[in-house]
Amino acid sequence: MKAKIHVTLKQGILDPQGKAIEHALDSLGFKHAANVRVGKYMELDLNENDKAKAEAQVKSMCEKLLANTIIEEYRYELSA
Amino acid sequence: MNIGVVVFPGSNCDHDCQHVLKDVLGQAVTMVWHKESSLAGLDAVILPGGFSYGDYLRTGAIARFSPVMQAVKRFSVEGGLVLGICNGFQILLEAGLLPGAMLPNRSLHFVCRETYVKVENAATPFTNRCKSGQVLKIPVAHADGNYYTDPVTLAGLQANAQVVFRYCTPDGNVIPEACPNGSLDNVAGIRNADGNVLGLMPHPERCAEGMLGNEDGRAIFQSMMAAWEGKTLAEVR
Repeated sequence: MKAKIHVTLKQGILDPQGKAIEHALDSLGFKHAANVRVGKYMELDLNENDKAKAEAQVKSMCEKLLANTIIEEYRYELSA
Repeated sequence: MNIGVVVFPGSNCDHDCQHVLKDVLGQAVTMVWHKESSLAGLDAVILPGGFSYGDYLRTGAIARFSPVMQAVKRFSVEGGLVLGICNGFQILLEAGLLPGAMLPNRSLHFVCRETYVKVENAATPFTNRCKSGQVLKIPVAHADGNYYTDPVTLAGLQANAQVVFRYCTPDGNVIPEACPNGSLDNVAGIRNADGNVLGLMPHPERCAEGMLGNEDGRAIFQSMMAAWEGKTLAEVR
């Protein structure tokens, strides 16, 4: 299976990059763009066809390494 | 005193630490490659600054899984002195040896300049040669030094005098303008609950000899030596 993983700063934690991008969008005339959050995108292949097992593995990877859950949150999608 | 300086791929302040400890302070220094799994015979360990593993993913996130970090954990549980400077501090946070995490500097810039830090707790193995409230001039050089933790943990750190250094003005005022990175409560350095692990973002090894025009950083290493000579941590905590 393939996993697509997104890691972003938690809501409520200041994201200075997001703020800078928001200001740039605003100055370009995109006045309605708000709450810009910047994150990381990772994708990886798993040698696992069982969705539940794959999910458990991805979750463990996120908790142990891919995200620092003190400051970040993660979400993922699994596909065949 | 035999002090270990851990060398990760990408460490770049390891030899500065070695120079200060050996050439300036006359101590024995052992360079410890990150693949080592034992710290036997060492009296203290320093995790130096740099860019371990290129800061990939997050600062310190990959270094914390180096074999030596298991040994550093055991060493700290046994009461050994562990000092993390800059990237070393980031690694201690990622490893869970100190609470909290680092965010990118609020300015988004790499900040490399002199800072002033106030010694908030002079009764630690890393500050016993300082006076409480003393202001030290020590340079910083980092892009991710914006200390963050949840409000409950921060309150606990403050209540237990675990915030050891805070950024301040040259005359000791702890105000947001004196903070180079946006850290919560101007935190520049914290210790663990047991008091034997300290992490700080400023670089004391870069200002520890008169030839460089600033010796303020020397007190931190001398404090470690004094703590070790006193043998019992309880006396200096």
